[in-house]
Amino acid sequence: MTQEAIFSGFGGQGVLTMGMLLGYAGIIEDKEVTWMPSYGPEMRGGTANCITIISDTSISSPIISTFDTLMALNQPSVDKFEEKVKKGGNIIYDSTNIINVPTRKDINIYAVPGSETAVRLKNSKVLNMIMLGSFLKVNPIVKLESIWKALEQVLPERYHHLIPLNQEAFNTGMELIAK
Amino acid sequence: MSKKLMKGNEALAEAMIRAGCDAYFGYPITPQSEVIEYLSREATNRTGMVVLQAESEVAAINMIYGSAASGRRVMTTSSSPGISLMQEGLSYIAAAELPCLVANINRGGPGLGTIQPSQGDYFQATKGGGHGDYHLIVLAPSSVQEMVDYTKLGFELAEKYRCPTMLLADGAIGQMMEKVELFEQMPRKTEFPDWATTGKPKNGDRRIITSLFIQPEKMEQINLGLQRKYREIEKNEVRFQTINTEDAEYIFTGFGLGARICTKAMESGRAKGYKIGVVRPQTLYPFPVEIYNQLSKKVKGILDVEMNAGQMVEDVRLAVRGNTRVEFYGRMGGIIATPDEILEYFEKMFL
Repeated sequence: MTQEAIFSGFGGQGVLTMGMLLGYAGIIEDKEVTWMPSYGPEMRGGTANCITIISDTSISSPIISTFDTLMALNQPSVDKFEEKVKKGGNIIYDSTNIINVPTRKDINIYAVPGSETAVRLKNSKVLNMIMLGSFLKVNPIVKLESIWKALEQVLPERYHHLIPLNQEAFNTGMELIAK
Repeated sequence: MSKKLMKGNEALAEAMIRAGCDAYFGYPITPQSEVIEYLSREATNRTGMVVLQAESEVAAINMIYGSAASGRRVMTTSSSPGISLMQEGLSYIAAAELPCLVANINRGGPGLGTIQPSQGDYFQATKGGGHGDYHLIVLAPSSVQEMVDYTKLGFELAEKYRCPTMLLADGAIGQMMEKVELFEQMPRKTEFPDWATTGKPKNGDRRIITSLFIQPEKMEQINLGLQRKYREIEKNEVRFQTINTEDAEYIFTGFGLGARICTKAMESGRAKGYKIGVVRPQTLYPFPVEIYNQLSKKVKGILDVEMNAGQMVEDVRLAVRGNTRVEFYGRMGGIIATPDEILEYFEKMFL
């Protein structure tokens, strides 16, 4: 199985971390992984994205033209990448932030009220974890326990007390898809 | 051996430590600043390796010159504008026949340019770069794993031929993360070659490292010696990869990241029934002339794809000697062509 995904949003929303967590979880399961970030001035406030590919077989190119899944956390991401989603693919977007919603009929579209839910959880910074939960529900490409292990690897030890909050956010994101 | 997810730049730095590198001199520049950051954090405690931020790239390369002359295993890294500043030093190091490893994590130029990835420094890397008749051995990694493997290989080749060696990668390979397998820590050298300036031996002659030979007769001999060495390198060290070339009617070619995008385009093309193969030079100098020449006699055309205005394509054209049609597709200034773009261009030009 191969999942070719793009995570896109404003710099600071944690889109690079979403892809990275998924990548670490992939490595834990000995899958092939490429994680290609945008690293320009957009990281300091503009639109940032990362292409993350997880696969059971070797990955030819980390640069791809079309995506299985678009994770969009802001309007420019929908505007720019909606047409790049493969037929039968997915768009998962933060419906709190995005006004002009994706309209394609040949893909699956998931509206997730991510920012609103983050406020409800009393921490706007967990938006990315909520959305990653939704992503994994739609694309069960790695096991949940691998995500938890990846969290421990990615977060420096001084932040490990925040892991339960991140797990809660992640689980909430999964539930938002189930509804 | 355990596999890790690492950024290209960090994998390069880790490989440098593990290869028993004695010293790193450099100056930060995007998109490769992670190298000196990682080394500052990791290197000295683990192996006692020297890690020094020089006052400029000019200083860094001359520190490399000096420490290489003492027989130590040394490396510097930079990105395009910084590598341009190092060209004088590289010419001196080539003339003095000293081994060292230099990584250019290529960004978009010319000028101060952009921090986005590019392959615009192919000419500079493979044709000399500085003044005089010299070459660097040039390796082109296309993955994070090859950043590791070619760091080790680069030191070995540099020392085998006493020839400065370059890793030419683009900013995207430096910034992206992939799975890597690292080799075991190698010990730092305790014995040094007989030409190294390690202090005057008690009964021996003074060892002199220089690139200054005022007498033209002497300078010509030095040049002839260098040329003999380059012929030897061209004979022994050509490395390349071929994919699906056995039944290929068309060849996509490129180096580094460009070659991987070509491979994806080849896969899409094969799914449509086009018989496409891929040739990827792993050494840019020495260039794999023979494989292109062989394939040129049986294929209908070659599409060369680079992240520049067409540089390696000149070497491809020289290699095929007019036997087949060679077309070029490239994006510049930090833009990376996508696989679909490449396939579309192929269909337009060849079908």
